[in-house]
Amino acid sequence: MSPVVKRKRERYVLSTKYWLLILTLFCVATMVISFATDIFSKPLNSIGGYVVVPFQKGLSNVGSYILNRTENFKNMQSVLEENEELKAQVEELTKENIALGQDRYELTKLRELYELDEEYEEYTKIGARIIARDTGNFYSNFVIDKGSNDGIRINCNVIAGNGLVGRVVDVGPNFSKVTAIISDNVNTSAMVLASGDNMIVSGDLEQMMSRNVIAFGQLYDEEDKVKIGDKIVTSNISNNYLPGLLVGYVDTISTDSNNLTKSGSLIPAVDFRHLEEVLVIMELKENGE
Amino acid sequence: MKKNIVSFILISMCFLLQSTLLSQFKLGGIVPNLMIVAIATTGFLLGSEEGMWFGFAFGLLTDIFFGNIIGLYACIYMFVGYLNGTGEKYLFSHDLKLPLLLIMISDLAFTNVCYIIFFLLHGKFNYLFHLRSVIFPELIYTTVFACIIYPFIHFLFEKIDKFDAKRSGENYVAE
Repeated sequence: MSPVVKRKRERYVLSTKYWLLILTLFCVATMVISFATDIFSKPLNSIGGYVVVPFQKGLSNVGSYILNRTENFKNMQSVLEENEELKAQVEELTKENIALGQDRYELTKLRELYELDEEYEEYTKIGARIIARDTGNFYSNFVIDKGSNDGIRINCNVIAGNGLVGRVVDVGPNFSKVTAIISDNVNTSAMVLASGDNMIVSGDLEQMMSRNVIAFGQLYDEEDKVKIGDKIVTSNISNNYLPGLLVGYVDTISTDSNNLTKSGSLIPAVDFRHLEEVLVIMELKENGE
Repeated sequence: MKKNIVSFILISMCFLLQSTLLSQFKLGGIVPNLMIVAIATTGFLLGSEEGMWFGFAFGLLTDIFFGNIIGLYACIYMFVGYLNGTGEKYLFSHDLKLPLLLIMISDLAFTNVCYIIFFLLHGKFNYLFHLRSVIFPELIYTTVFACIIYPFIHFLFEKIDKFDAKRSGENYVAE
């Protein structure tokens, strides 16, 4: 069959099969090019930013409104039950409070947390709203409503509350793409706050869906100092992340089969399921490039 | 032409809903894949050519916003649209079984290709887990939405056909 097909209107047009071939080749070419460089990101992001983002902003607002309303309603119903529970909890917490006051280790941990908070305050931050989330179910990428017009650059760190959410991977004029540390294809260089041992935190869909935790590995801890509940923060040697941002807490830990390193899982400090607003840190990590 | 415009608006709405409202109200952490439903439906109601172009355009849009590599989703969605278009000639007017089956196959193919590219090639071999907690729930959720969206689009297209037939003065013949 010849690629040129004669149609009723006496015009010569390419048949669909050849268009399919051309577009497939085009896709493969763009995949290769975007894998190696980022020449597409700027023009495409500008188009997407001005055409699609306004709609996404509007719909997201509607969604948050409904979500808040339903949550309020739920709260009304469960407020009595909660009251009972809270009374019981007050008793429990009083006991715990006494224990906390006596525990010196806890005291130092709280001091460290205080210092950590102060450290965060040094950075200039900008608040942003999540306006769209990944359309697939495999990754946890999302889009926020601030972009290069607000001074956000690629690799800016994103936090929520006092925990690390992820980093900006792509910037448009009025939106930026954030990839979360729980995404399956993301690895983060981190360290245990108490001992300073480095490790690699990697997003894990399997553990995230079943137990709400992510994995870590390559932790050298010869003296068995790292315990369950220890804080994990971003490391000093990370290329993209500012040092000392809280990632999460050790959940499980076990020695690898090579008897040298340890691995396990950690509970992220941020509740990724109910994330709506985030803070973007404007300073970039100096990585000597 | 009218059908193309209607399809364009519908797929845009699906893309926007899927990335905003539906991802805020996740059921069990799963978002239904409305784009697959809309693109597959466009494919076998309008033909391979339209399915291919719509798949390509909206795949590219997904790539710009959520993809790590430009062109990957464009390629997958394009083939979904094209291959569903080949089912056009087997389509009967009010039959829901074949379109639903095609949408289910499309969604299965889409999620499995995603699994292979994003997970299998990264050394994550636990296929059963991904089948149980992502692929299968998404399939069911998507099929439920397809039961609503497909008849709606079909209804709209029928209206357009009737309208055109009236305007040109011909007798409308049901497919």
